[in-house]
Amino acid sequence: MASEPDVAGTPATPFHKAGTHKQTSVYVYEAPVRIWHWVNALAILVLCVTGYFIGEPLPSFTAQEATYQFFFGYLRFVHFAAGMVLTVGFFGRLYWAFVGNHHARQLFTFPFWSRHFWAEVWFEIRWYLFMAKEPKKYEGHNPLAQLAMFFFITVATVFMIITGFALYAEGQGMDHWMYKAFGWVIPLAGNSLDVHMLHRMGMWAMVVFVIVHIYVAVREDIMSRQSIISTMISGHRTFKDDRPD
Amino acid sequence: MPDTPNDRIETFYEVMRAQGISRRSFMKYCTLTATALGLGPAFVPKIAHAMETKPRTPVIWLHGLECTCCSESFIRSGHPLAKDVILSMISLDYDELLMAPSGLAAQAVLEETIAKYKGNYILAVEGNPPLNEDGMFCISGGKPFVDKLKRVAKDAKAIIAWGACASYGCVQAASPNPTQATPIHKVITDKPIIKVPGCPPIAEVMTGVITYMVTFDRMPALDRQGRPLMFYSQRIHDKCYRRPHFDAGQFVENWDDEGARKGYCLYKVGCKGPTTYNACSTVRWNEGVSFPIQAGHGCIGCSEDGFWDQGSFYDRVTDITQFGVEANADRVGLAAVGVVGGAVAAHAALSALKRAQQKAVGQSNAAKAAKEEA
Repeated sequence: MASEPDVAGTPATPFHKAGTHKQTSVYVYEAPVRIWHWVNALAILVLCVTGYFIGEPLPSFTAQEATYQFFFGYLRFVHFAAGMVLTVGFFGRLYWAFVGNHHARQLFTFPFWSRHFWAEVWFEIRWYLFMAKEPKKYEGHNPLAQLAMFFFITVATVFMIITGFALYAEGQGMDHWMYKAFGWVIPLAGNSLDVHMLHRMGMWAMVVFVIVHIYVAVREDIMSRQSIISTMISGHRTFKDDRPD
Repeated sequence: MPDTPNDRIETFYEVMRAQGISRRSFMKYCTLTATALGLGPAFVPKIAHAMETKPRTPVIWLHGLECTCCSESFIRSGHPLAKDVILSMISLDYDELLMAPSGLAAQAVLEETIAKYKGNYILAVEGNPPLNEDGMFCISGGKPFVDKLKRVAKDAKAIIAWGACASYGCVQAASPNPTQATPIHKVITDKPIIKVPGCPPIAEVMTGVITYMVTFDRMPALDRQGRPLMFYSQRIHDKCYRRPHFDAGQFVENWDDEGARKGYCLYKVGCKGPTTYNACSTVRWNEGVSFPIQAGHGCIGCSEDGFWDQGSFYDRVTDITQFGVEANADRVGLAAVGVVGGAVAAHAALSALKRAQQKAVGQSNAAKAAKEEA
């Protein structure tokens, strides 16, 4: 870092002019991807909060007789509604992987057989372990992020949709098409209680991911050589320097 | 008993008339049976016709590794009465609990029944075979029960697995399952098996399944796990009379609190009603007197596979035994969140430190460069 001039090293000017910098931006996340991201984030937040309290209900309260009070029912309704939003959003996002730009496909696949990919993953791990001096620049997700996205968003969401619909179908009854479509999950896991437990473990996995995701997004926005958070708002990836890679 | 040739089995009707039951009572019985099975009045003559023309179904009832609670439940059936089932509807030719002969005489009956009704009898199994040590943990008639089960199952038309033992393994199969108690569908793989789980199953459910099979001479419609849909297609929770309190968010928090006195939902004290498929909340027990939730205790989920190994009956988010220590999803999840949260905080602090360091180096370099220029 010391050998090359950077923003911190340039002499201060009275105005915050961009000067001669050739900072460029790349349009990475198209509007549907960004909208999906934030809708999905909101759905996950709602699902985690309501889901936690469905398993461990809040203290009982009696405002009215049970006939007129539907608190837990509404809580469950919000959970189911958010689950439907998440599911529709997921399929919408999947659709966009086919019709959107090539960055839109990153979420659903990673180059498992590419030696180069794993080398880059290893580099990213070293960056997070403070072993690399400077991060690399990526238009889309960095390889480590791509791996995390694939498992904690794509795989985990599919898992939560399947177990979630299996549990929801139980309430719909065995005659319902949903039970015919998802009922197989229950004997596969053991019984309904096992599916509940797995669904809850899935929630905690999501919570862990959210913590890491937000932390890393903020950290990279500050410490990396590119924009992170604003990219998910404007869609544009901007870079802080013009050096290669 | 009417005079029948030895090779012909009497019909239900013949047996009932021989017991002094009038035609009128017989028709009443058919009506009640139709009602019990949820069928319309049009089915009454069909049932009557079937009972007049069809031979009684021979049943062999075996007892493996079990506690006999299924039989205890069965003999308390009120609709139809167990005595009607045993004496009129089926020909219970061999039942280790409910038969007069013993020893060699009993064994002779078994052999005779198998030979006489080859391929036509129903095998009802209570309990399961333990497979460890060549099946030596359950000996019946001097031989391992598993051998007897296989032998009788070979010529059976269909098999009824009574209770959680025969269906899933139950408490004798609880981890680490030293006797290797094994549900019968894993031992007998070439015969249709109806699972009637529960510990025990409800009496009326047991007699209802038998009634259906002898009346229509076919298996009842089964779900994915092989349970009769007519009794196991809904959860306790779906028909629970405390369900409004669940939807309201009114729960029993402790066994002696106001909610318990008011009959609130038992979900928070571990009721497994929402995850248990059975007919307890509709058929109830002891001729419809009550069922666990009505008595103020949550359902323990005794008709579900694996209920014996799923931690406390009094927790909603139950223990995960796979971890080898007592933990549940929330404790595991919170621990993970704690560890990750801590790691993130530490990482953030280290990152800030590193950045400050780099900035300092950068500034001193810039200052040096400026000095040289000057």
